[in-house]
Amino acid sequence: MEFSALLEKLKEKTPQAILGSADRFGALEVQVDRAQLAGMVKILRDDPEFQFDMLVDIVSVDYSAFSGWTGERFGVIYHLKSLGHGHRIQLSLTAPEDGPVVPSLTTLYANADWLEREAFDQMGIRFSGHPNLKRLLNHHEFVGHPLRKDYPITRRQALSMNESLMDEMEVRLKEKGYV
Amino acid sequence: MNAIDTKTLLPVESSSRGLNSVQSLEKKDLVMVNLGPSHPATHGTLRALCALDGETIVAAVTEIGYLHRGFEKDCEVHTFQQCIPYTDRLNYVSAIMNNVGFCKAVERMMNIQVPERAIYIRVITSELNRIIDHLVCAGANLVDIGALTNFWYSFNVREKVYNILEKLCGARLTSSYTRIGGLSRDVYPAFGAEVTAVLKEIRKGVLDVQKLVTKNRIFLDRTKDICVISKEKAISYGWTGPTLRASGVEYDLRKAEPYYHYEDFKFDVPVGSRGDIFDRIFIRFLEIEESIHIIEQALGKLPNGPVMTDDKRVALPPKQQTYGNIEGLMNHFKIIMHGICPEPGRVYDATEAANGELGFTIVSDGSKNPYRIKCRPPCFMNFAAYHTIIEGTMIADAVANLGSINIIAGELDR
Repeated sequence: MEFSALLEKLKEKTPQAILGSADRFGALEVQVDRAQLAGMVKILRDDPEFQFDMLVDIVSVDYSAFSGWTGERFGVIYHLKSLGHGHRIQLSLTAPEDGPVVPSLTTLYANADWLEREAFDQMGIRFSGHPNLKRLLNHHEFVGHPLRKDYPITRRQALSMNESLMDEMEVRLKEKGYV
Repeated sequence: MNAIDTKTLLPVESSSRGLNSVQSLEKKDLVMVNLGPSHPATHGTLRALCALDGETIVAAVTEIGYLHRGFEKDCEVHTFQQCIPYTDRLNYVSAIMNNVGFCKAVERMMNIQVPERAIYIRVITSELNRIIDHLVCAGANLVDIGALTNFWYSFNVREKVYNILEKLCGARLTSSYTRIGGLSRDVYPAFGAEVTAVLKEIRKGVLDVQKLVTKNRIFLDRTKDICVISKEKAISYGWTGPTLRASGVEYDLRKAEPYYHYEDFKFDVPVGSRGDIFDRIFIRFLEIEESIHIIEQALGKLPNGPVMTDDKRVALPPKQQTYGNIEGLMNHFKIIMHGICPEPGRVYDATEAANGELGFTIVSDGSKNPYRIKCRPPCFMNFAAYHTIIEGTMIADAVANLGSINIIAGELDR
């Protein structure tokens, strides 16, 4: 679907969730009301006219050092792709400095699990409804969120114990029916 | 005819657990085994904790991050040009494809026209990298299931490609060949002839491997219908590239969102039918053949001209201007000291790398350092699904499967 046609359709289907739109070098970006993200993405995924069946990436941004930035501190951008129609969309939202909580998409896309864990680990964004929001790339004893602008790049941490992973394993075994 | 009494043939009490249809689901019967983080078959530092019932994996969880070195954070304190060597270390098996992916994103952000000759050379070197990436993946995967000879056949020709890349940019693995706006240098005079010669050897090497495995009973038993992933599940996990195509989805960015004249090259997109290990290995053999076609066409069309744009925002002036006039000297000074400064904004750009969609989200605040870079590594999505695929299979299948989804820890952990 064409850029403008896609936006028009979207405004028709989910008018209340859209706060604005922008052209990101030829890609459509739609600014979304944080609280209505999950509902909107569900429509985007399931409506045959949109069919955004792939979650391509989740990007978190800390705007605290961005000159001239007046909005909330954190930004989260979702890249969606429709394999059938071939179109793409970027959904962006912002989250406040104290308590950056964003609805989780884990029930809609399988890879949202790890992508959200990474965003939590690196940037400290919390995803409400995520079944297991723990660190992914950094060590489990790591303190802080390294991609925040106030985390100094030279800071080092001594990390000792490796992770047993049994917390995840217990859940997995329970799902399989083991007692 | 008398019905066979399976109970007398295979008494439940005495049968091994693997054959027994009635399983007691008790945790105390399971053995926990760590596959990795340092294990020869992981080809990198990955960890999978497997709960075993006999040799069957009943549940698995994975852990990554052992090679996490803060690529994204590091980029934030370097200039755009200085990020290019870091991208080599993402997928270090096909470094030039990462260079191209990153530079293409910055060029899109700054609306820079790359010269035609540079585009064609980027295509040729990218496809050479795709070939060696696939050769490494298939070769190493076959070693993991006990077929060592294939490894030599595929690595012999890979070595010859590396000789070309070494002549081209001075480095074998970490090439840093592209620049924002073009390439670091033009190809050497004998490049075309040497590539044509090596393509012939690649064809032969791939054929040799295929001869050894295509009708090999052991190979077929180890790979056919093992670790199948359905189309729907692969899409939900965000799989792209050869692993997604092996599951039957015809999605290739070179066709779906063509860039660098890929729409003008004649090539096919091989698609699998089952989504098992066999498909994931063989799709790579077929893609090597298609890449060879693309390189042959690109070599035939390779235009003359510069390999670097003359856009003063990104290109260093020629040396005689730097030393000959004040504008040239200042231009040189500005690019070295003040760097490349895209307008504030955000871009997402993706290329079809050897493993799938390699995407870069770049946020610029107008300064010489990228404000934020997020890399979308294709094998991150592959490995996110890994534990669900290996559940219900044997340990040996888990090893075979790990090779087939081609996890490169460098880009997985960044």
